[in-house]
Amino acid sequence: MQTPYLIWIILIPLLGALINTGFYFYHLKFKKIPEKLFAIVGTVTPFIAFLFTLSLFLKLLDGGENFEQTLFQWLDVGQLSIEMKFLGDKLSIFMSMFVTFVGWLIHIYAVGYMKGDDGFGKFFAYFNLFLASMLILVLADNPVILFIGWEGVGVCSYLLISFNYTDGDNVMAGNKAFIVNRVGDLGFILGVVTLFFALDQVGLSFSVMEANINVASNELLMLSGFLLFVGAMGKSAQVPLYVWLPDAMAGPTPISALIHAATMVTAGVYMVARFHFLYASVEEIGLYIAYTGAISALFAAVIATKQTDIKKILAYSTMSQLGYMFIAVGLGFYSSGLFHVFTHAFFKAMLFMGAGGAILALHHQQNIFKMAAHRKRLPIIKATFFVGVIAIAGIPPLSGFFSKDAILAAAFQQDQYLIWGIGMFTAFLTAFYMFRLYYVVFEAPSKEEESYVYTDKTITFPLMVLAIGAIFAGFLNFPAIFGGSAFVDSWLAELNSIKLHMSHATEYALMAASIIVAVAGWMLARKKYLNYDVSKPETEDGLVGNKFYIDEIYDVLFVKSIKKLSNFFVDVVDDKIIDGFLMGTARGFVSIGKKLAVIQNANVRYYAFYMLAGISLISFYVYITLIGQ
Amino acid sequence: MASLTGYAIVSMILFSLGTIGVVSRRNIFVIYMSIELMLNGINLFLVTFARYHFNMDGQILSVMVIAIAAAEAAIFLSVIILLFRTKKSLDTDVFTELKEEVE
Repeated sequence: MQTPYLIWIILIPLLGALINTGFYFYHLKFKKIPEKLFAIVGTVTPFIAFLFTLSLFLKLLDGGENFEQTLFQWLDVGQLSIEMKFLGDKLSIFMSMFVTFVGWLIHIYAVGYMKGDDGFGKFFAYFNLFLASMLILVLADNPVILFIGWEGVGVCSYLLISFNYTDGDNVMAGNKAFIVNRVGDLGFILGVVTLFFALDQVGLSFSVMEANINVASNELLMLSGFLLFVGAMGKSAQVPLYVWLPDAMAGPTPISALIHAATMVTAGVYMVARFHFLYASVEEIGLYIAYTGAISALFAAVIATKQTDIKKILAYSTMSQLGYMFIAVGLGFYSSGLFHVFTHAFFKAMLFMGAGGAILALHHQQNIFKMAAHRKRLPIIKATFFVGVIAIAGIPPLSGFFSKDAILAAAFQQDQYLIWGIGMFTAFLTAFYMFRLYYVVFEAPSKEEESYVYTDKTITFPLMVLAIGAIFAGFLNFPAIFGGSAFVDSWLAELNSIKLHMSHATEYALMAASIIVAVAGWMLARKKYLNYDVSKPETEDGLVGNKFYIDEIYDVLFVKSIKKLSNFFVDVVDDKIIDGFLMGTARGFVSIGKKLAVIQNANVRYYAFYMLAGISLISFYVYITLIGQ
Repeated sequence: MASLTGYAIVSMILFSLGTIGVVSRRNIFVIYMSIELMLNGINLFLVTFARYHFNMDGQILSVMVIAIAAAEAAIFLSVIILLFRTKKSLDTDVFTELKEEVE
């Protein structure tokens, strides 16, 4: 069904970005504009986008058809015809629902967090642009439009991570995020091209590709499936392209929240779900995705247990949770994966915002042990943080439990016991490191725990809304075993996810197992850290503390070796060979010219002699050729 | 009547003397006179062969050469005067304004 409203979901945040950019230039060049104006533009536009999405969602809920909106023909070259077209089916509306909603809350939070910053207006311009890019990505009707949004979030993440650009480290982190993402983007674009040719160039619209998926040979589908997943690995920070995510913590905290909860990192999972018709036909690649997810989940969780920076712990936990999502989508349980994306958006945004509030109260101290040593009372942040920790640890009845349990059950049902085992162990580690974080920062005994800090309402309001979301979001997909309706599963039925079907006894047993594992992690952390002496902070040492030296290995393997190669090209190939040849030719001509210039000595007698000699030679030649015969 | 070879040798000697004069002498006047010598050597050649072949073309051409040489003399002499006025010298080696400076 064509609708004129779909595009406004994207255009309104984009408009907000443009207005804020204009305001900011005016602010810089002419007259100061109060922060309030930027904040109003920045926060109202996502909310309007949310309202548009909500109305479309309600229409779909009423049993309406999928929405679509064709704006214009963008490219038409030979067989390749790309329309600027947006698709509002159940998957994309579901996704943009929480992207706009959680995004809106993070915008509100940013008003309080960024207060007094010189780049306040710029920040909101970037923020709105980030949201608009993500919405382009979500609502795209073909992979090329999706790629616009894909690159858009990449650029915005770069701009925002290096927002405090006066610090060299932040700029490096932004560069790292951007460059690592480029590797993935190359995979993505190659995957799209492969898919286009594999499908006999029928077109690039998702619906057309889905209808013609049988045309392609299995090998080409596997290749394009793999290449597309390389793109997802980059965006969603999976092994081996995850290295940018921890460094991305260099940006202000609202950015971390936005990247981790609503935009950017979930793009990879969304993209795999978008291409569900492709991945359903190549199970080997699906299995590969699931294993990548499992390894990433475990790897990140192990690293997180040793980190001391509050934001880095949360970053690794995001990577770990993304691993779960990839396990689900890789095994064909698309709705479970997206449900975890959905619940994760709530509790992860909340955790980051809570962490940001605490960091702000403690004058930008991020080391958890030092934060504890100078603790201040932050009751709302503490309470909401606790909700987030329980949710991510997977303790019922909070949202994380339902979504994570569905994924683990899915792995179990598909006989992937290794993945299931890794998932269970990761769940244990997750509970452990999250409660470690919570106990150290908020509970461990500290001498300075008196002064109460007033926290800005713009910071506490989103936290409380999200806390409600984190508590109740799980019930949206209440499992049928408890008499629930599994709303998300039935809503996303068009993805043809594999259904969970196991005996009730097994399902109860699995749930009990995951609860036991989570509680075990909790209790271990409680035992160790509830009365931890924060004056003796842990350090990041050993193999795990140094993140398995992956950054160093990458540095040697890629950065240093590429530098060596470029140096070789600069010093030898360019300087000696190419310049040697070109400059040698030029210098040769110059030196010959100098030698010849000697005869042009302005001496008339010599000139007469040259003339004479020349004429004599010509005469001699003429004599030999003409007369001498 | 002397032989053709004699006339030819005399005209060649005249031309060669003129050539050597142009190339080797430094005084502009001498160079100018050497040029005249070359022209007259050629004239002698032309006249000799015209006579030998009973064909007047050569003589006509030699008269042409004499006429042009007269015109040339007018220009050449005035150029020499101008050159002398600028540098107060008649030495050709002084006039090296167009020389390419080689470092």
